[in-house]
Amino acid sequence: MGFPHPIHPKETPVLSRHFGEAEARSYDGWVKRGGYRALEKALGQTRDQVIEEVKASGLRGRGGAGFPAGVKWSFMPKQKTKAHYLCCNADESEPGTFKDREIMRWTPHALIEGCAIAAYAIQAEQVYIYVRGEFTEPIGVMQAALAEAYARGVLGANAMGKGVRIDITIHRGAGAYICGEETALMNSIEGKRGNPRIRPPFPAAVGVFGCPTTINNVETLSSVPHIIEKGGAWYKGLSLSNPKSTGTKLFSICGAIARPGNYEVTMGFPLKELLYDVAGGMRPGRKLKAVIPGGSSVPILTAGEAEQTLLDYEGCVAQGTMLGSGGMIVLDDTTDMVYQVMRLARFYAHESCAQCTQCREGTAWTVKILQRLLNGQGRKEDLDLLLDLAEQMTGRTICVLSDSCAAPVVSAIKKFRPEFEAYLTRPAARA
Amino acid sequence: MSGQMRGGTDAQTHGRTEAAAAEYAPVFVGEGRQRLDAILAKYPAKAGALLPALWMVQEKHGWISPTAMAEVAEVLGLTAAYVKGVVTFYTMYHQHPVGRHFVQVCTTTPCNVCGAEKVGEAFLKATGAKRYGETSPDGQWTIVEVECLGACGFATPVMINDEFIESVTPESVPALVARYR
Repeated sequence: MGFPHPIHPKETPVLSRHFGEAEARSYDGWVKRGGYRALEKALGQTRDQVIEEVKASGLRGRGGAGFPAGVKWSFMPKQKTKAHYLCCNADESEPGTFKDREIMRWTPHALIEGCAIAAYAIQAEQVYIYVRGEFTEPIGVMQAALAEAYARGVLGANAMGKGVRIDITIHRGAGAYICGEETALMNSIEGKRGNPRIRPPFPAAVGVFGCPTTINNVETLSSVPHIIEKGGAWYKGLSLSNPKSTGTKLFSICGAIARPGNYEVTMGFPLKELLYDVAGGMRPGRKLKAVIPGGSSVPILTAGEAEQTLLDYEGCVAQGTMLGSGGMIVLDDTTDMVYQVMRLARFYAHESCAQCTQCREGTAWTVKILQRLLNGQGRKEDLDLLLDLAEQMTGRTICVLSDSCAAPVVSAIKKFRPEFEAYLTRPAARA
Repeated sequence: MSGQMRGGTDAQTHGRTEAAAAEYAPVFVGEGRQRLDAILAKYPAKAGALLPALWMVQEKHGWISPTAMAEVAEVLGLTAAYVKGVVTFYTMYHQHPVGRHFVQVCTTTPCNVCGAEKVGEAFLKATGAKRYGETSPDGQWTIVEVECLGACGFATPVMINDEFIESVTPESVPALVARYR
């Protein structure tokens, strides 16, 4: 369901079917809707069977990177020599993305069930759900659901009465975009500054508290119970397009659009239909100018490119961008691209953890040069300078925050260059 | 929050800090200590409880003073410098006292194209705060621009203390402010 809107006939609601139903938040309400059957089933299977089913489904990480979830789980050591951990990434901080918030607000038990199944599969007894500090309401809903899950014996030393220990703890962040990066997230759980770590070692070898760890996004984990219950083949079969992109995806549509909200469609769904049919199209009298399809960190699409895009991992790559988190920022013909790109760069400059020079200096200088341009003090070499800076910021740092700042800048200059040039020739249009 | 100072001059802050140290009420005693012990049980290392402990401090005192950092350091077996390093990394921990009502207005791109800057301006106007980050003369209101609150489909989202409010418009600001007065 495209919360806060009713289900559109073109949607395929799997994760979002019960959004907006207050009763679904309670244990009884969730069980009435088929909840915890998948966990019961999984705990009756071997760990390898669970992992194979998720592998067969083709489920890929919904946080942005798109790495196959079952494959990630299979990297965890089979012989357990120390504690294993599962971290659920609920830091949802990528501008344009607000899907995990709705999953936690409306279907907290779906996430708890997904976490419990994943924890069992990777032999983790402790799960940390890392929720961004601003999500006070989702944290409240999740804590109430966890208390119920413990009271009903779903979690704890004898989870579901099957003799397995599964504990889930909410870890509240405190305002840092970078903690959505998996190694920064682990540092934050350890009580450190949220600086990303150099890899290798990868988390499956040395993760949180020095132990083998898997990190999965909220949407990824919430998809798992459906896969266990209905089978990997069923999930894979939902895709309209590409066998490498399977299942359904929640798209968060925002910005200059008639009906902003979350909409769930099958992979391979045409972007054009999602925009104009499902999300109600542009506001009256406005025309589409550009779309940033996967959260703010991916290259910008022109209206023409966006209208040809198929929404799956490969379809976005074919248009020179990425599916990312599925946070879709819609920009119309009233948008000042230069100003909005400066605002995005300002976001990254503010959120840089500052440990890598290219990122710390590059994001700050990108903002300064764009502000100079907006102030009517731009120099004719500034656009090339921005592109050169962006190149220095790409592929040279510990994590991809720096690359994420460069991607929208480069694509905007490439695709909307006349708008940038106009600021070179006219007096200060915008202070 | 684009780097604005949130707490006046260094001299003012220093003065407040000394006053605060004299009357500081410890957080991790009695019930607070029990809460901390329950948190510690969830982590294999004491430092894991650092972020939750800092939240407890802010809940009680409204900000995290150097005295509070020293208390946290002591109960978790860390140095005060280490704790300060962590506090300064996370923007939600206040290193200075803020107004009774701390307002965060999202003005990042998706909300920005929906008119978020006008919402921020409406808050300044309705509360008498002169600029972002500077507490209103009556000590009641601090307004800050914040980067992405993660509710872009509900532009413009605003947080007033721990309350998360969706779809705020410049027109709805005066009534919201009146509700908190």
